[in-house]
Amino acid sequence: MAEHTRAGSRSLPRLLMSPAVITLFLWMIVPLVMTIYFSVMRYNLMQPDQTGFVGLENYSYFLTDPDFWPSIWNTLILLGSVVFITVGLGLAIALLINDPFPGQGVVRILLISPFFVMPAVNALLWKHMMMNPVYGVLAQIWTFFGLQPIDWLADYPLFSIIIMVSWQWLPFACLIFMTALQSMDREQLEAAGMDGATYLQKLWYLYMPHMGRSISVVIMIEVIFLLSIFAEIYTTTSGGPGNASTNLAFLIFKQARLSFDIGVASAGALLAVVLANIVAVFLIRMIGKNLD
Amino acid sequence: MQSSPNSSSTQLIVRTIAAWTVALILFFPLLFLAVTAFKTEGQAIAVPSLWIFTPTLENFHEVQARSDYFTYAWNSIVTSVVSTILGLLIAAPAAYSMAFSPTKRTKDILMWMLSTKMMPAVGALAPIYVLYQYTHLLDTKFGLIILFTMSNLPIMVWMLYSHLKDIPHEILEASRMDGANLWDEFRYVLLPLGMGGLASTGLLCLVLAWNEAFWALSLGAAQAGTLATLVASYSSPEGLFWAKLSAASLMAIAPIIVFGWFSQKQLVQGLTFGAVK
Repeated sequence: MAEHTRAGSRSLPRLLMSPAVITLFLWMIVPLVMTIYFSVMRYNLMQPDQTGFVGLENYSYFLTDPDFWPSIWNTLILLGSVVFITVGLGLAIALLINDPFPGQGVVRILLISPFFVMPAVNALLWKHMMMNPVYGVLAQIWTFFGLQPIDWLADYPLFSIIIMVSWQWLPFACLIFMTALQSMDREQLEAAGMDGATYLQKLWYLYMPHMGRSISVVIMIEVIFLLSIFAEIYTTTSGGPGNASTNLAFLIFKQARLSFDIGVASAGALLAVVLANIVAVFLIRMIGKNLD
Repeated sequence: MQSSPNSSSTQLIVRTIAAWTVALILFFPLLFLAVTAFKTEGQAIAVPSLWIFTPTLENFHEVQARSDYFTYAWNSIVTSVVSTILGLLIAAPAAYSMAFSPTKRTKDILMWMLSTKMMPAVGALAPIYVLYQYTHLLDTKFGLIILFTMSNLPIMVWMLYSHLKDIPHEILEASRMDGANLWDEFRYVLLPLGMGGLASTGLLCLVLAWNEAFWALSLGAAQAGTLATLVASYSSPEGLFWAKLSAASLMAIAPIIVFGWFSQKQLVQGLTFGAVK
């Protein structure tokens, strides 16, 4: 029996891997090949009679679109800000609620709730009820303190979206950090306390090294989801005003659904793949060793 | 660092107040949404916001009358549950062999899988749309199930992999020595030890599928519309119908939030991706 298992141990793992690898490969390669094909063709749904090979024209069109570089920039700002805010505040909140206090369980439940809210609801809730410059809650708070209410989505569109997305992802970061803190070595902490370590010293020398891996995990997951933020932008600013809150995903969407230009949108999609790969390589260099 | 009982109880009070304040601020938008759902449209946009009023169920009736809530809810349930089960069936064997028979390329394969998730879904919209049109999968629950499964698969493999990796190999070796075949190994060793991982992975993917908006909006609008599409239909710029919008939103998110509350401990355990031993 043992012989049998050992003999099978080479081909069996491959067999078990194959459904996932094959389906994901198809999921990647079929759209990719079609996208590459579309990207070198003239393919506009509004001009169905004009077809044919156009070479790299779609790429140069997309790359010279005045919204292109701003959209790359916005994608990265959105990603960086949300990761920074959620990791920073998430660590702070996790440290705050780590030790027992009255109502800890309820606080946990309140904190995790925004994570379950679908992006469309998140966006509508913030757009209307929080950020409306006349009736919104934030406007009321501003007025209460005698300040001029801010028209968030018109004046600070990208920042507003950063707030919405951070609100959604903060609970996620926070709860992962909290779970990680629970597994801290109590004795080590007590020993450090006996030796007269201050809170900041304990934070830096004991907590932070322990948290390294979970910070990597949070960054990795957030990058995966935040590179292609779409619903929040679609529902609130539609990328505007101008291109102020257009990210790459939304720019591609604009080409495909608003200009009906599948060719240009496909060229954009391939550029998005390139960007995703650059970020992935960068990320793996940076935190990949933490993910073993 | 030895603090007197007095200062540590002050510290506890400060910590408690701070923690509750943070939690209430972060929860406030949801509370506001839930309260607004029970107001009339006039009350909803009153400044300052009303907190004491006679609640009405009018908005829920209107949402139900305008669009059949239960059809959307059923579509959400079917697509998220089936895509989760399907995903687990595909991901678990892969995660198993990555965890227990790792090769030099295991890590690369894992990263490649994750990288497929980084591409914006909108990039694949045109090809998927064309393919779905040919195969008559447009606006079908099955079509959405395939998409949800595929977009969650990389995360599922990764999560399960990091769970299984933490099961000591010795346990498997020992069971093999005792003459366990693959089925016994699965039934008596892997399943009990991996149950937590399977549950939390399933929970996360259920939430992600429930909340998925892009594919649901692009491909599933009429027959297979999920609750995300129901909510989106209230986002039209026709004016400030906050109460109805809130009612529709509440109906869309309440099931998954309540579900999340009950399963949060399990879910969070899984989300640490083995970061916590």
